[in-house]
Amino acid sequence: MKLRLSTGPHYLSRENTQTLMLDVLIALVPTTAAGIYLFGTQAAWVLAVAVASAVVCEFLFQKLAKRPVRIMDLSAVVTGLILGLNLPSDAPLWLPAIGSAIAVLLVKELFGGLGHNFMNPAMLARGILLASWPARMSVYLMPARVLGTTNVVPAGADAVSAATALIRPQGYEVYDLLLGNIPGTIGEVCKIAILIGFLYMLFVGTVTWHIPVVFVGTVAVFTWLIGGDPLKAVLSGGLLFGAIFMATDYVTNPMLKVGQIIFALGCGILVSVIRLTRAYPEGVTYAILLMNILTPLIDRLTTRKVYGTVKKHA
Amino acid sequence: MELSLTNFLLFMVNCILTNNFIFSRYLGCCPFLGVSSKVETAAGMGIAVTFVMALASLFTYSVYNYILVPLGIEYLITISFILVIAALVQFVEMFMKKSLPALYNALGIYLPLITTNCAVLGVTLLNIDNKYDMLWSVLNGTFGALGFLLAIVLMAGVRERLESSNIPKAFKGFPISLVIAGLMSVAFLGFAGLGGM
Amino acid sequence: MPDKKVTMRGVFVNGILNENPIFRLVLGVCPTLAATTSATNGLGMGLAATFVLLGSNMVISMLRNLIPDKVRIPAFIVVISTFVTIVQMLIQAFVPSLYESLGLFIPLIVVNCIILARAEAFAAKNSVMHSAADGLGMGLGFTAALILLGSIRELLGNGTIFENAVFGANFEPMLLAVMAPGGFIVFGLVLGIINAVVNRVSAKKGAQA
Repeated sequence: MKLRLSTGPHYLSRENTQTLMLDVLIALVPTTAAGIYLFGTQAAWVLAVAVASAVVCEFLFQKLAKRPVRIMDLSAVVTGLILGLNLPSDAPLWLPAIGSAIAVLLVKELFGGLGHNFMNPAMLARGILLASWPARMSVYLMPARVLGTTNVVPAGADAVSAATALIRPQGYEVYDLLLGNIPGTIGEVCKIAILIGFLYMLFVGTVTWHIPVVFVGTVAVFTWLIGGDPLKAVLSGGLLFGAIFMATDYVTNPMLKVGQIIFALGCGILVSVIRLTRAYPEGVTYAILLMNILTPLIDRLTTRKVYGTVKKHA
Repeated sequence: MELSLTNFLLFMVNCILTNNFIFSRYLGCCPFLGVSSKVETAAGMGIAVTFVMALASLFTYSVYNYILVPLGIEYLITISFILVIAALVQFVEMFMKKSLPALYNALGIYLPLITTNCAVLGVTLLNIDNKYDMLWSVLNGTFGALGFLLAIVLMAGVRERLESSNIPKAFKGFPISLVIAGLMSVAFLGFAGLGGM
Repeated sequence: MPDKKVTMRGVFVNGILNENPIFRLVLGVCPTLAATTSATNGLGMGLAATFVLLGSNMVISMLRNLIPDKVRIPAFIVVISTFVTIVQMLIQAFVPSLYESLGLFIPLIVVNCIILARAEAFAAKNSVMHSAADGLGMGLGFTAALILLGSIRELLGNGTIFENAVFGANFEPMLLAVMAPGGFIVFGLVLGIINAVVNRVSAKKGAQA
């Protein structure tokens, strides 16, 4: 029998990780399907390259570092898919390839693999891509197709919208925001699909409601306080996708419920503030990353030391 | 710069978050990497730096405007500032030892290291470059140091968490610390639009 | 006093390879990060620091028997900052573009730990010529490391090395490499890779012995 020392959530044995990741993948099916339907085959290619690059990078690193190959735990697939869903549909294919390599190698494997990364790999990769190629990452296409009927005048498949729905939420009706007839990244536009995935994860117990609800609720309250439209603020940009699929990453958020609520409140406040400054098309990425680096301190404050035990050293 | 609540708050956000000494200006990296393996010691170092940087801003401002400028020897700025800082650190150490022994026991060991912390000399030179008056110089020193305190404590939190991680042997120590600092610095890019100064 | 067998050449090479101030001793992190946004900046900072190291090492070595032990650190700092002020004036007069891009980090050479560390650990105990060799070796080791890091960051972040285009016109540079996070990440990765190579080489040597 092999003993493995790990920090953070100790229950991530191989089988459990695989089941957990499979559930996340199932929850991502509606979002992925909607993204491909709305944006067409180009979006499918972006997602495929992102997933393939993540899996290949993880495999190669684990081979080269002479570590057990763990690609069957599906975590690389989830990382790649979530990163792909965070990209614009017209991204050149080197963008998802580089992004997934960064996520898997630099953010995860270099720190010892799943469970040891202190920041969410897909989020950090997106942050790096956004800083490196701002023009590629912050100009979104209008979907090529519409779901249902739409109030938006179809702008034609080749029209580039420089402003995302976030910057001009008043320009779109709630109906279109829900269905995804708005410019945005592949995964963030169709809110109905994201919510279906959330319900599935709640049902099978992959996540609890705390982080997404507090996160989104904070943004709604903040928007209401400064006189905006809370519903549209919630349905705009990458907020729902980030709050449901990325802020809930077990490894990079606090261990206890009270810590998780502090984490979610912090995310909500940061998103609202970054949105106000309009320096970026969306603040969700940086908000989650900033709370990721606060997580060890939140854990220190919320967990009490157990006396009578000896601290383990690796 | 006029002193108003808005200016004050913007300046604070700007110094602590947007232009963080470590994550965006690369000042004070040696203690940031060297004294950040435990949260408690990191906090001690950060507080000691804050103390010295606020005082150093005050004294170097006076030395520059009341000695160097009247005598027309501004080119001695680097020499005089580093000596002021070295003397200040010595003085703070002696004063603390005598009058505040509890504080000395907590912070004393960090004090000698601060003379060669480039953030201290850096902030005093920046104060002159930016033509801040005495009040804004002291605020710049204090908030800049609070940004350093924030960075070093966050860093220590992450490093404590990674203590038992299976990091490749060649990357243990400085290399992984630099990568951690880089990844944290990516997150701090989120503050780029804040504190518009 | 040094071992008589230690040659000047040995002292010089030691600074460039075995005890490279950046890659082996990891001293002077701030200027390393700040001055490596391009190969040119790295070269400029490296030569400026080499000048200061050479000068301060020689002067401190000359004065080593005159400076009382108790005030040696302030005395060293005065010597070092004199040379820094000279180099700052020279750069400002002859290479104003470099003066602009390095800015604050030229006067901050005073607190570059490499220089004080060499004064304390070498120049205060060795002959003038040995100290000169040490200063030159350490300085050129520092310069070489800065050029390496500067070239990598400039190549990724701008597609050029010493302002010469390397990739075709279609290359889209990775801006992050020349931004603040890129400095930390590139330095960390290069340092880790060098450690891995050194570990492998010394393991081989150990196996042969």
